[in-house]
Amino acid sequence: MAALLEVDRLCVEFPTRRGVLRALDHVSLSIAAGEVLGVVGESGAGKSLTGAAIIGLLEPPGRIAKGEIRLEGRRIDNLPPSEMRRLRGRRIGAIFQDPLTTLNPLYTIGRQLVETIQTHLPLSDADARARAVSWLEQVGIPGAADRLFSYPHEFSGGMRQRVVIALALCAEPQLVIADEPTTALDVSVQAQIIALLKRLTREHGTSVMLVTHDMGVIAETADRVAVMYAGRVAELGPVASVIQEPAHPYTAGLMASIPALDRRVTRLAQIDGSMPRLNAMPPGCAFHPRCARAVAQCMAEQPGLMAAGRTEAACWVPVKEALHG
Amino acid sequence: MASYIGSRLLQAIPVLALIGLLSFALFAYVGDPVTIMLGQDYTDAQRIALVHTLGLDRPFYIQYLRFLWAALHGNFGNSYRIAEPVSTLIAQRAPATLELALTGTFISVLIGIPMGVITGIWPRAAFSRVFMVISLIGVSLPVFLTGILLILLFSVVLGWLPSFGRGSVVHIGAWWTTGLLTVSGLKSLILPATTLALFQMTLIVRLVRAEMLEVLRTDYIKFARARGLKTRAINFGHALKNTLVPVITIIGLQLGGLVAFTLVTETVFQWPGLGLLFVQSVAVADIPVMSAYLMMVGVVFVTINLIVDLLYFAVDPRLRVRRSGGGR
Amino acid sequence: MSVTATPARPGLGARLRAAYDSDLCYHFRHSPVAVLAGAIVALMLFGAIFAPWVAPHDPFDLASLNLMDSFHPPVPLAGSVWTFPLGTDDQGRDVFSAILFGMRISLEVGVAAVLFAMVVGVLIGLLAGYAGGVVDAALMRIADVQLTFPAILVSLLVDGVVGAVLPTDLHRSLQIGILIFAIGISNWPQFARTVRGSTLVERNKEYVMAARVIGVARWRVMLSHILPNVLGPVLIIATLNLGFAIISEATLSFLGVGLPPTEPSLGTLINTGNNFLFSGDWWMTVFPGATLVLMVLAINLLGDWLRDALNPRLR
Repeated sequence: MAALLEVDRLCVEFPTRRGVLRALDHVSLSIAAGEVLGVVGESGAGKSLTGAAIIGLLEPPGRIAKGEIRLEGRRIDNLPPSEMRRLRGRRIGAIFQDPLTTLNPLYTIGRQLVETIQTHLPLSDADARARAVSWLEQVGIPGAADRLFSYPHEFSGGMRQRVVIALALCAEPQLVIADEPTTALDVSVQAQIIALLKRLTREHGTSVMLVTHDMGVIAETADRVAVMYAGRVAELGPVASVIQEPAHPYTAGLMASIPALDRRVTRLAQIDGSMPRLNAMPPGCAFHPRCARAVAQCMAEQPGLMAAGRTEAACWVPVKEALHG
Repeated sequence: MASYIGSRLLQAIPVLALIGLLSFALFAYVGDPVTIMLGQDYTDAQRIALVHTLGLDRPFYIQYLRFLWAALHGNFGNSYRIAEPVSTLIAQRAPATLELALTGTFISVLIGIPMGVITGIWPRAAFSRVFMVISLIGVSLPVFLTGILLILLFSVVLGWLPSFGRGSVVHIGAWWTTGLLTVSGLKSLILPATTLALFQMTLIVRLVRAEMLEVLRTDYIKFARARGLKTRAINFGHALKNTLVPVITIIGLQLGGLVAFTLVTETVFQWPGLGLLFVQSVAVADIPVMSAYLMMVGVVFVTINLIVDLLYFAVDPRLRVRRSGGGR
Repeated sequence: MSVTATPARPGLGARLRAAYDSDLCYHFRHSPVAVLAGAIVALMLFGAIFAPWVAPHDPFDLASLNLMDSFHPPVPLAGSVWTFPLGTDDQGRDVFSAILFGMRISLEVGVAAVLFAMVVGVLIGLLAGYAGGVVDAALMRIADVQLTFPAILVSLLVDGVVGAVLPTDLHRSLQIGILIFAIGISNWPQFARTVRGSTLVERNKEYVMAARVIGVARWRVMLSHILPNVLGPVLIIATLNLGFAIISEATLSFLGVGLPPTEPSLGTLINTGNNFLFSGDWWMTVFPGATLVLMVLAINLLGDWLRDALNPRLR
């Protein structure tokens, strides 16, 4: 599979009054056409920031300091704002976390859909409206034709997230970045939304970058997974390999801390300490202060991603043994 | 819809009653109307007769109800200063104040809202910074001083515009007089209306800018950007409409300030309106006029608040009554 | 205005102070506008406080006034004298000295009115937040109504009523007090709202429950927690209100219900000067006016800066 999106050694920096903070440090990953890439990590690890950088919506003063982002081989990180705008929604869509705040409360959902469709596609009012209805049907809104005239507050949270998905996909982008799409929803609704997202993207051949801290969602949905830690990619590989045979000690710790239904454990494992703050990054590997396997090299030299078993890990002393098996 | 307006109207009643009570207390208990009306020399019999005529020997609540009843019929008694019915004085001066206040507000909204939007969208642009400095000076500049400085420049130094009065007016109908139809009337209006507009405008600019900055940070604006909508559609469609909701409320509240600043402006320019009448009455403790003015201001506030609520209702769908059944 | 002024335990006060000081100082030093505004306010405070010693003439000493000195224009103009750098008024009073004394009175009334509003507002806010229920609802309703009524109108009414009730000479001698009351009374709701909000938050916190369990009076514990919390906002409101109070006083004096010409504030000076505007004696209006604007502008800039510096979200 040829890569649809390539993120190549991306660095994002925030100048502050106490010096420049590097929030993303040489992040490299790629997504193939039709593939679902899961991105996991603690909050503050840089998952959402990677998504924001890809769609060109970094909040100032944040900026891309180094690296490239390529869509179908063409650089998009240095496009002029007007071209980048045309790309958003049309080729790269986005789904946000909280459906209660992502819809404009003063416009009907029909208007928001039609506006988005007509921004990207040369359709007449009637055609755009028909397309809007079709998308509302696809995301499973009952009575779609009538609901065009409803305002966001007239929908429940789960229904609103369906509308958000329709809005993100209605111009048929090749890639959609879903940033914690289920975190703000009721547990009972989360599975439905993930299933919907999975089905729609498969039907339309859309690639997905699924940002979440929920390993369960990743295990169920993603083809490959990138584990992020302190603004860097710690491990990257096929989802089954990363879950069963993690090579990076951080991933291994992360997996061990997840309760599994098929095993009886008296006590969940935990990783001691916490992720370093951006203004207090340790030299070498960012994980070494919390790592039991750390050697002298870890404290001196920052590891890049390298092949380790069936995944790639940024680690000098990768874990060799499978986690449970 | 009906129940919403109904509840608003119900809320207005206690406020009006309270203001009525204040006006009445002012009217009945402050100063001694009897002494003032009789002058220096009077007999006890005259005094008793007048007290009876005024109904001041009746119980408190009867007096209050009579006062309200009379007020409802536009009867606020006679002015101590000018021996004329207060209602006549008010009717004579209301057109001047209304024309001044409306012109000033119109100018300030017309310039203030676009400026606020522009400085909110491009807060770091040079002209935004310049405008914010100007507006800060505007907020620090008392209305009366603006008026004086305008008079100094345009009347004293340049001699272009009149510095006081309303110019010649034209009668329309039985009691309305307008200065908008004569050259001297229009010329007279320019300085006071500008004075009034400048202060209101600075407030509106700052307010709209703050709200705009707030709205531009929201998730739905970010999501609109993420969908690739045109910047113009985001700024002037999505963001502006959401900005207007709080702005309408606060501009409504600011209208209280409008009454005060109209009063000051009228004094500076000797504009023959209600504010000037009130200030002149305060200076000599002309209680009936003060009491009537208070009552009138109260009614104006309540009316304006009601209009603001209706506007709010028109802009924000969340306030509209939810239709049953979860459907449309 | 330091944190140590609160009845908080000394340890907490000192720590808060250290935290505040470092950040505030950093912001202050790095904001040229704030430094400039601070310098102007400091200079004006100095001039106002030490007016009797700084001013070249005593504008209230009728014996020293000479009608021969009246209507001198300010210095570079023809007919000006160096002893009266900003010119003289119709009585031969030195405008510069009158401005210094006028600033003194304007600041006096402004600060007193804000302090009055602050004390009333903080007390009502604490009461509303602490008592809750009907008391809270009633107090906040009153605050709402009060807020819709413009300060100048309230002040005018208060002044008019007092004028009608009191005999004229008593009214005159109490004028400053009446003015402070009239301006202060219309500004309390903002303080009350802020303090009430903070009180409501603190009331439900666990330490308040805990304090109750160990038998410490609830209000005492709350007070020591609430006051440091509301100190920043109250300080911001007070600074921004100070500019407003000074403008209100000047406006009332201009309308003729403020301070009499025997005790001229900047507003009174402008009002007096306004009578001579058409004869071309502009300096009697323009200089006090410019002083007033500069003073209020500097105070507002400081207030704006303080708000930005203490508001972490805008940082």
